[in-house]
Amino acid sequence: MAKAIRIRKGSDIRLLGVADKTLENPARTDLYAVKPTDFHGLTPKLVAREGDRVKAGDVLFFDKYNDSIKYNAPVSGTVDEVVRGEKRRILEVRIKADAQNEFKDFGAKSASSMSATDLRAHLLEGGCWPLIQQRPFAIVANPESTPKSIFVAGFDSSPLAPDGDFVMEGEADNFKEGLAALKVLADGKPVHLGVRPDSKAFNGVDAQVHHVSGPHPAGNPGVQIHHIDPINKGEVVWTIAAQDVANIGRFLRTGKFDMQRVVALTGAQVNQPKYYRVTVGANVSSMLKGQIKDDNTRVISGNVLTGDHITTDGFLGYYHHQITAIPEGKEPKFMLTDGWLSPGLKKFSLSHAYPTWLMPKSKRFNLDTNSNGEDRAFVVTGQYEKVFPFDIYPVQLVKSIIVNDIDSMEKLGIYEVAPEDFALCEYACTSKIEVQDIVREGLDTIMKEFS
Amino acid sequence: MKALHNFLEKKVKPNFVEGGKLSRFWVVYDSLETFAFTPGHVTKKGAHIRDSIDLKRTMFLVIVAMVPALLFGMWNAGHQYYLSIGEVSTADPYSAMLWEKFQVGLLKTLPLIVVSYGVGLGIEFIFAGLRKHSINEGFLVSGMLIPLIMPVDVPLWMVAVATAFAVIIGKEVFGGTGMNILNVALTARAFLFFAYPKQMSGEIWIHDVAASASNGMLADGYTGATALGHLANTVGKPVDGEVAGSVMGMFGDAGMYSFMDSFLGLIPGCIGETSALAILIGAGILIWTGIGSWRIMLSFLIGGLAMGAIFNAFGANAYMTLPAVHQIVIGGFMFGMVFMATDPVTAAQTNTGKIIYGFFGGFFSIMIRVFNPAYPEGVMMAILFMNVMAPMIDHYVIQSNIKRRMKRTALATATA
Repeated sequence: MAKAIRIRKGSDIRLLGVADKTLENPARTDLYAVKPTDFHGLTPKLVAREGDRVKAGDVLFFDKYNDSIKYNAPVSGTVDEVVRGEKRRILEVRIKADAQNEFKDFGAKSASSMSATDLRAHLLEGGCWPLIQQRPFAIVANPESTPKSIFVAGFDSSPLAPDGDFVMEGEADNFKEGLAALKVLADGKPVHLGVRPDSKAFNGVDAQVHHVSGPHPAGNPGVQIHHIDPINKGEVVWTIAAQDVANIGRFLRTGKFDMQRVVALTGAQVNQPKYYRVTVGANVSSMLKGQIKDDNTRVISGNVLTGDHITTDGFLGYYHHQITAIPEGKEPKFMLTDGWLSPGLKKFSLSHAYPTWLMPKSKRFNLDTNSNGEDRAFVVTGQYEKVFPFDIYPVQLVKSIIVNDIDSMEKLGIYEVAPEDFALCEYACTSKIEVQDIVREGLDTIMKEFS
Repeated sequence: MKALHNFLEKKVKPNFVEGGKLSRFWVVYDSLETFAFTPGHVTKKGAHIRDSIDLKRTMFLVIVAMVPALLFGMWNAGHQYYLSIGEVSTADPYSAMLWEKFQVGLLKTLPLIVVSYGVGLGIEFIFAGLRKHSINEGFLVSGMLIPLIMPVDVPLWMVAVATAFAVIIGKEVFGGTGMNILNVALTARAFLFFAYPKQMSGEIWIHDVAASASNGMLADGYTGATALGHLANTVGKPVDGEVAGSVMGMFGDAGMYSFMDSFLGLIPGCIGETSALAILIGAGILIWTGIGSWRIMLSFLIGGLAMGAIFNAFGANAYMTLPAVHQIVIGGFMFGMVFMATDPVTAAQTNTGKIIYGFFGGFFSIMIRVFNPAYPEGVMMAILFMNVMAPMIDHYVIQSNIKRRMKRTALATATA
């Protein structure tokens, strides 16, 4: 029996460019990349060298501090380039793909006949492990940890996020197998699945299903964990997206490392927003070809609140199932026509300072990347609380992080949150404070303190 | 507008940047440019889009909310003046001499506004220049609040001194906007009240009342005192005594401070504080736009009414017998409730805290006013007191949240 959870605080930012529910296979791209920067806190140790031949499933690099966690090549081909940034930090490992994909064979298995230890080793070897993340800290799950529960995100509530049911079409068997694997890993602890009340894709699955209604961030695992089984100090919860449960299922059933994802191409700068089926790590240029309206565009891997800024020939992020293209806002705005004194009939605001909040809920807006104001001291109170559906005081937690007070951070509930949970606070902030960055800093501090 | 912006960028800005001949005035230029043009800054990390609201819009809306009180206050300053010299009668307050009345108020109020903004912003610019940060918009509101809580005939030099004191001691020493503990405008008012008690009582509440008195033009019943001043005289005197009787007569239906006149604001007082109606329009704007906290306003109102009702129940002196609803429409109660107590920087920050803070703000306002006639303006003292208490209220509200979490953790460890 599904339980109902109603999230009241939060907000859906109604952007233009919702993806049409048509699925397309984009023109072939021959460039793929795995970006170590997608995995927070990872120090990669390279295995593959430039020029090496790899099969799909061969190890590209592993975690220097936990060498059992391997990051595998999504396709077969030649390691084309290792892109490095400052201090020779590895940013991307690029692979030039073969015309025909060649898979390393890990052997088809059935999760339910395996022990938790064997299954874990199998997933680690097969490069599937990084799909599972953990709270606290929102990092790749530590395979040595024993989670008190596992949360599967059956939908995403972020702006313009893909439809939770649509992306799972045709994946029912893979999802079932993946879920069985999670059950084995959970070792008797519950596996929770959060879905929208009208969702049909997950009927009859073997998990504790929760019907989550309400505005963003209702789809964030952090929010659901908080309302179902909150994390206390010392506890660990694993989280994974439904599409990646299906990916684990596919890996187990076929023995092939074949990480696919249905990705929504969205945003006001996209000519025809729709869905594409791609392999994780794919170059986005073939998807974007002829789809971007003009040069004044920011392409984001992920959603507008938490995604990464990429170029039009960048790569899909490891955890992302959405590409968003919105206009850049580099033009100054004159106060009377479209600045702070304007009537603002096109300005979307969570506050009621512009009249657009009176417009019908079906009205959608074209928001650009302008910060709409300058950094200021923290003045306006009560804004964060309106979009933060936790029994946590967001402002006070952020302040405790700023002053680096570890004791207060713990007491105020830092173990329960991830930067993404503060994304709407950051959006809403009158003083334009970089809240997600601050929360990440706090999590890093805590991680360092206790490691 | 693009042409104007290009002109600024190419011709004007280079003079002010590092190395330009006017570089020491960079903050001035920067604040004026960003005033006219929201800069083309794009997001660099975190959320790629940001809400349209900024501090300028927020502060501007607060000023809009003050406009009804300001306009009414200007008119009322003239109205009180002509009443005091008997040129108009209370029977027909509106039709006669509308413009003349407004003119008196305008000529008295405009210099106050100019002085308040001039002194305050001047100091802000200096501090921003010294600290090399941009100007915060906070003073745009404080600078308008200060004239509104001044008596109409207050000397300009006193306003200048009070504003300087409030901005420097009340705000900048704590680190500027967002860091202050006490409400800036109330600090200015409190400074005047304690530094110049003689000048701040008596004859500055109605324009030219002293002059009118000396040349015998003053109409009967006009002493230049405010409602609170009259009421303060009844404290310590018998409820049915002569003084109490005559004062309470003024608060009767036909009196000078009848409930209706007090609500509409046809009584002497600070420029912006007299009309509960005009202030409530402002409150409507603040609540409708979500800028002002309805939690604080509502609980403040309830707090005031509660204390008033308690006094009514005892009725130990004439002041206490004044109905609670009448109590809250005289003096600065309404103005403090809507524009002072809601200042987000100095109020409690948690939602629960706001309710507690507001309630005691209203409660103490009436209490101080009645118990201590030496401080007729109880609202000022009450809000400043609650400003100081706000962090403590928040502390306890947050402690209860922390305790709840610790209990949960303890339970989890116990069952594990």
